[in-house]
Amino acid sequence: MAFLFAQFLTGLANASSLFLVASGLSLIFGVTRIVNFAHGSFYMLGAFVGVTLMEILPGAVGFWGAILLTGLIVGLFGAIVEMVVLRPIYRAPELFQLVATFGVILVIQDLALMIWGAEDRMGPRAPGLRGVWRIFDEPVPKYDIVIIAITPFILFALWYLITRTRVGILVRAATQDREMVGALGVNQAWLFTGVFALGSALAGWGGALQLPKGGADLLMDFNIIGSVFVVVVIGGMGSLPGAFIAAVLISVLNVLGVTYLPQSTLVLMFVVMAVVLIIRPYGLLGREEVAGEHGQVGAPEAPIRPYGPVGRSLVAALLLVLAVVPFFADRFLMTLLIDMIVFALFAASLHFILGTGGLVSFGHAAFFGGGAYAAALLVFHTGTPMELAFLFAPLAAGLLALGIGWFCIRLTGVYFAMLTLAFSQLVWSLAFQWRSVTRGDDGLVNIWPAPWLNGPVPYYYFTLILGVGGILFLRHVIHSPFGYALRAGRDSPRQAEAMGIDVKRVQYVAFALAGVMAGLAGGIFVFSKGSVFPTELEIGASFDALIVVFLGGVKTLAGGVVGAGFMTVVEDWLTRLEYWRLLLGLVIIAVVIIAPEGIVGSLQTLWRRIRNTGDEEIAR
Amino acid sequence: MTLTRRTMMAAATALALVPAAAMAQETIKIGEINHYKRMAAFAEPYKKGIELALKEINADGGVLGKPMEFIFRDDQGDPAEAVKIAEELMTRDGAVMLTGSILSNVGLALSSFAAEKGYLYLAAEPLADSLVWQSGNPNTFRLRASTWIQAAMLAEEAAKTDAVKYATIAPNYAYGQDAVAAFKANLTRLKPDVEFVAEQWPALFKIDAGAEVQAIERAKPDAIFNVTFGTDLAKFVREGGDRGLFDGREVYGLLTGEPEYLEPLGDEAPEGWYVTGYPWYAFEDGTPEKAFVDAYTAETGETPKIGSLVGYLAAVSIAAAIDKAGSTDTPALIAAFEDLEIPDTPIGPLSYRSIDNQSTMGAYVGTLALEDGKGVMVDWSYKGPDGYMPSDDDIKAMRPAE
Repeated sequence: MAFLFAQFLTGLANASSLFLVASGLSLIFGVTRIVNFAHGSFYMLGAFVGVTLMEILPGAVGFWGAILLTGLIVGLFGAIVEMVVLRPIYRAPELFQLVATFGVILVIQDLALMIWGAEDRMGPRAPGLRGVWRIFDEPVPKYDIVIIAITPFILFALWYLITRTRVGILVRAATQDREMVGALGVNQAWLFTGVFALGSALAGWGGALQLPKGGADLLMDFNIIGSVFVVVVIGGMGSLPGAFIAAVLISVLNVLGVTYLPQSTLVLMFVVMAVVLIIRPYGLLGREEVAGEHGQVGAPEAPIRPYGPVGRSLVAALLLVLAVVPFFADRFLMTLLIDMIVFALFAASLHFILGTGGLVSFGHAAFFGGGAYAAALLVFHTGTPMELAFLFAPLAAGLLALGIGWFCIRLTGVYFAMLTLAFSQLVWSLAFQWRSVTRGDDGLVNIWPAPWLNGPVPYYYFTLILGVGGILFLRHVIHSPFGYALRAGRDSPRQAEAMGIDVKRVQYVAFALAGVMAGLAGGIFVFSKGSVFPTELEIGASFDALIVVFLGGVKTLAGGVVGAGFMTVVEDWLTRLEYWRLLLGLVIIAVVIIAPEGIVGSLQTLWRRIRNTGDEEIAR
Repeated sequence: MTLTRRTMMAAATALALVPAAAMAQETIKIGEINHYKRMAAFAEPYKKGIELALKEINADGGVLGKPMEFIFRDDQGDPAEAVKIAEELMTRDGAVMLTGSILSNVGLALSSFAAEKGYLYLAAEPLADSLVWQSGNPNTFRLRASTWIQAAMLAEEAAKTDAVKYATIAPNYAYGQDAVAAFKANLTRLKPDVEFVAEQWPALFKIDAGAEVQAIERAKPDAIFNVTFGTDLAKFVREGGDRGLFDGREVYGLLTGEPEYLEPLGDEAPEGWYVTGYPWYAFEDGTPEKAFVDAYTAETGETPKIGSLVGYLAAVSIAAAIDKAGSTDTPALIAAFEDLEIPDTPIGPLSYRSIDNQSTMGAYVGTLALEDGKGVMVDWSYKGPDGYMPSDDDIKAMRPAE
């Protein structure tokens, strides 16, 4: 019993930092609707700034003063980020801002490396709080007790701020209906900046407060972001008490998991999130997203039409160039093009459900990596001929998509995104942990194509035919009646239902088709690289695809493909440089600000302006 | 169909030959792929070690009368990206061989790629046993003492005590799992009555240290085998120290004594742990070990990490192999690496075994103590891998038929 109680205290102590960071993210999402991936970076900044301040300021006053100051500094930094990066793009399509926050992550990573160096920093101890107190004869670190005691005050302060002050009323009003708040004369811009600063400050405090239990290092931004999102989603996005309950729940369950199921550390929280979302689709204390909110920011979209003669001949010319590449290019250019086509197909498959279907998936890598693994497992274990194993890749990925889609399709918006994320994490952990089959982190190696394909030129043509074929097939589907039904379901589910379209079923089929195509890309990928590792299933792999789709332009048909091509080339160039993350981050932010409709979308707008055609003609 | 295929093959061959012409140039280039950003704390000293070696080699006239040059490329820690860069380095940049990677999975991807395309890859840092054993191939050589060897050294010491009940804690991925398996296998062989009462598997860099410490304490082990490193180690040491987990218990720490992990711990370095590491501060004047430390410190203004040593040895090994081969074509280089002997390195003579392409680099083992508010290894010794390796027959059985 005493042991259980001590465990509970450990869980509570862990929950405090997590709650601070998560509440910041929840606030920011609630008001600005920004899914802020850079939130982990503010947490990391908090830790580094905290360490630096604690080295300067002496004694107990210095320690606690440093924590307080850290929050203010990180909050200020957050405000600057919001004003410079996010303010110009609030009118962009929903979730577009997450691309910008991804750029911010890269910039902060390199800045932190420049300022604080590569080595991990141990957090300073809180003065006078080293060692343990014994509670029922179980040792409990003094600092744990202190932060357990502090957390309720923070929760209370936040609660007071939100429910009892004018600012809080505005924040809550904006969470419910930000257009109305704007219409009532509240300066939205400053409200957003203020909330973003507060959220960042909370993340900074979280980073500083955990210092005596850990430290500051350059990987902590990505290491916390997963659990923070889990907490926010389980609690219900935008709900502070929900975030608190979820933080405690996850932390305590983690502690119990460590003791009674030590192998569970990788997936436990994602299992919990999946279960909660399946039972309560909007989290514990969340509320249903308002209908019509989704994808409806900005000007109404022009109907999508097949390319005219000019577009078609351009595409044909491009394909012709690609087809003759092997006659003049060297081997590496073909390798690069193979990578590009594979990534383009992967991005196009995500774009298919995201752009056309309005389903934002955060876990699309599960199908890409799943397809790659399916083929690789067959080759590795049974020595299946490459041709057969290759066919298995899209098949297995499609089946996986049917399985995962069955749970996810019933949700919408961010909750759908998070459930796909949870499932992709489950697939990842399967590949990571089931070593007897997947060899875990050692991956599956020596997965090479059949002899007749095993050379740069044959494999290039193989990729070109299947990859471009897949992309063209997806475009064809978009222009088919099925594609129209899918878009109807995205733009107005109710009207679509009224017309007799089974929206959920259409989305389910589209989800599976996207899975098949991602699996196809995965199949081409694995035989071109000769090996596959769990990295292909990581959250990062899903986000890579998500970012290029947004960068290319969600609302345009070519967005995914163009974005993928753009990103492959830019990355290939920039990673040759010393500070490539900083530059890549700045490039992403610049593209986002200059081209808020994505590269293709903004080019189209520009084209229209040059041709001097009014909107009327476009809508013709 | 045959005709087309033949034409294509001819075209492919012609294209493959183009970079060969470009190779006849001033320097001999080595392609080095690493995670310079993602693992900056490890990659930076490693790179500096290489640069020091290059400076010395080129001051000595280079290799085959030409200066040696490394092309450093960042792979973001992604195996697929590493394979792409490897292709570019070999076919476009005119590199004669590949080296690099800290992460084992990237190393395995490069190894598989090298075997398929007929390149040579020297894995300097990756520790995974499978790199030279289960997934070994003739084109891949490995420098650093593997997980198995280092765990076996700790197990040998552990078997000397009367501790019977052991707890293990290791990051939940291939490296941690291999290390625990190797420690268990060696310890059980030496001391059949040992019992493993708890196995903890925190997620890499996401340790819940308080909970892990409580769980181990609950199992009441006599001794603990630690594989955690980096921030996980720092948190584990802190919580474990506060909660008295290490009082009266022997702890064996894999890599815990390496400066990369020991230095950030500062005055909280866990005294009394028996660890593998790199006691650069304790070498005696006049030894080659000390000479390397001095040269490195003079060149970079920093104290060396184990990565510095590994990077240095990697460059020295490559130079020696090229000199022995007398040319830079891959078959000759591979033949040169087999049974390559380098008489004078900072760790003494170094050679590459032809049985599994593993070098004879060993590891430093010793006990942690605090001196001047810093953790150091005392009573340390350098041990070669002989006696800790599986038998030659076992290795042959593990390695796929060559």
